[in-house]
Amino acid sequence: MQKALVIDAGKCTGCKQCEMACSYVKEGEFNVAKSRIRVFDFHTEARFVPYTCTQCAEAWCQQACPVNAITTNADGTKIVHENLCVGCKVCTIACPFGTVNYNASTGKVIKCDLCLGSPACAEACPTGAITFQDTEQAGFDKMKVWASQAANAATHEGANVPTAKG
Amino acid sequence: MNYVVLGAGPAGVTAAETLRSVDKNASITIINGEDEPQPYSRMAIPYYIYGKIDETGTYLRQQEGHYDKMGIAYRVGRCGGVDPQAHKLHLTGGEAISYDKLLIATGASPIIPNMPGSNLEGVHTCWTLEDAREILKHADEGAPVVLVGAGFIGSIILEALYLRGCKITIVEYAPRMVARMMDETAGGMLGRWCKKKGVDVRVSTKVEAIREGSDAEGAKLTVELSDDTCVPAALVVLAVGVRSNTGFLVGSGIETNHGIKVDNHLKTTAPDVYAAGDCCEGIDLSTGKPDMLAIQPVAVEHGRLAALNMAGKVTPHEGSLNMNVLDTMGLISSSFGLWQGAPLGKTARLIDEENFKYLKLEFEGDKLVGAQCVGMTDHVGMLRGLIQTGFHLGEWRDTLLETPERLREAYLAVAQSRPNYGPAAPHTNTPIAKAG
Repeated sequence: MQKALVIDAGKCTGCKQCEMACSYVKEGEFNVAKSRIRVFDFHTEARFVPYTCTQCAEAWCQQACPVNAITTNADGTKIVHENLCVGCKVCTIACPFGTVNYNASTGKVIKCDLCLGSPACAEACPTGAITFQDTEQAGFDKMKVWASQAANAATHEGANVPTAKG
Repeated sequence: MNYVVLGAGPAGVTAAETLRSVDKNASITIINGEDEPQPYSRMAIPYYIYGKIDETGTYLRQQEGHYDKMGIAYRVGRCGGVDPQAHKLHLTGGEAISYDKLLIATGASPIIPNMPGSNLEGVHTCWTLEDAREILKHADEGAPVVLVGAGFIGSIILEALYLRGCKITIVEYAPRMVARMMDETAGGMLGRWCKKKGVDVRVSTKVEAIREGSDAEGAKLTVELSDDTCVPAALVVLAVGVRSNTGFLVGSGIETNHGIKVDNHLKTTAPDVYAAGDCCEGIDLSTGKPDMLAIQPVAVEHGRLAALNMAGKVTPHEGSLNMNVLDTMGLISSSFGLWQGAPLGKTARLIDEENFKYLKLEFEGDKLVGAQCVGMTDHVGMLRGLIQTGFHLGEWRDTLLETPERLREAYLAVAQSRPNYGPAAPHTNTPIAKAG
């Protein structure tokens, strides 16, 4: 069963525990600049929005990679293979969500890989703003219906994912 | 069905794989014009030059036996001509190959500037893996190297040579670096950055001639410049631009302009012949007009779309977004879409010359149509998202005109303008892949 990160920004208090947990698990240091998940702060509205990769079904980053360094695992997660990544950064401009970032200290790109099944951000979130759920329970079918009615909606395929189709 | 794909770059390989995904039984053959064991990526060459990867690291696909597993035949051969009426192509050795449908994805080749000495030993283009092998023979640590051309490709090679420890002079005819990718402010920053790193940057300068012999240690060539100076070189790398590979189509009836002419289904003017990637002029999303956008993501988009159309799955191409990202010895820059700005459009600028940071946003009405960044990499893909989706920014446009650094907030605000529930919610306005 596919699981996905469910983000309810309304519950986010901007504590950034998710960023700290991500950075620590992925980089071995508490450096939010290297977190795969980022909490965006709307200064004027006191609103916080956690934001990370949605694991697109047909991922733009993956298609743009010139050396096959981004692959899909059995759960549909898009993984960057550090041994293959040359650090060309084409994926960072190709991802229209801006969720692949360059890490200058390694010369490679980084993106969310859902911690290969147990995301540290969801475990660290004290308010339930970030949870890791089965896609059906998370109401994705409802979301699909709703989204398909929305103006400019893209078709959704797979778990939670916008496709790269027009 | 017998599909033949001429060219083994990202366009050709993506096309062959896409054809296989929609037609399990077809015969699919990729013909590589370069004698290499596997299709490789030119994008990876700079990283091969400075030793970050070995040759196998440049391969477009990394899985052992990938093409065999997909039932894609791979062979080497150079095309000498195409006969669309007979549904045949001829290799330069004389062999004729029949096809039912043909994809031309022959890419581009570097332009050799018309100057004395451009054919001397030690003067190379940097385009193919074979070029890279030759360059490695000369580009030793401390070796004086003259790089002719400070465009996008020249600047990428610059980094590789710098990391090898070469002593570099870069000569550019235009008044700034990367003149076709970024404006004066960004190009000026890059130039200053390069000088700071010890690279001798000569803009508004032309190479008059390259001659054999030099008095300088470790050099065997002398490069004469239009500023009346001479620069010694162990290696001269030519990177003044590329041109579509279409010469073999003369007399075929397949019409060409700068590149092969294609319609909005990537079909050429000949029956059952399609084209993709650097060799053709696909539609530029920003202008709606045909243009040669010689970048990796466009090659992949073209390859995929051409293949779908070849297989009868009619999929129009609405245009590809021009975009580039460049690492110049640690200073990272990117540009998207109409970075020069739109007529009657508005511009937002954030300039920090001292810290080599620059962000420029170009608007048409309340939509973002182009952007440039220097020294900023976090979430830059959002720029593509905003431009390609054509989000109406509404009042956020005015906010961005005053404070362009609030770009990420603006992106989230317009992309998440609907209820925030579940990971799908932020993406109800998913950037529409015109060609994904």
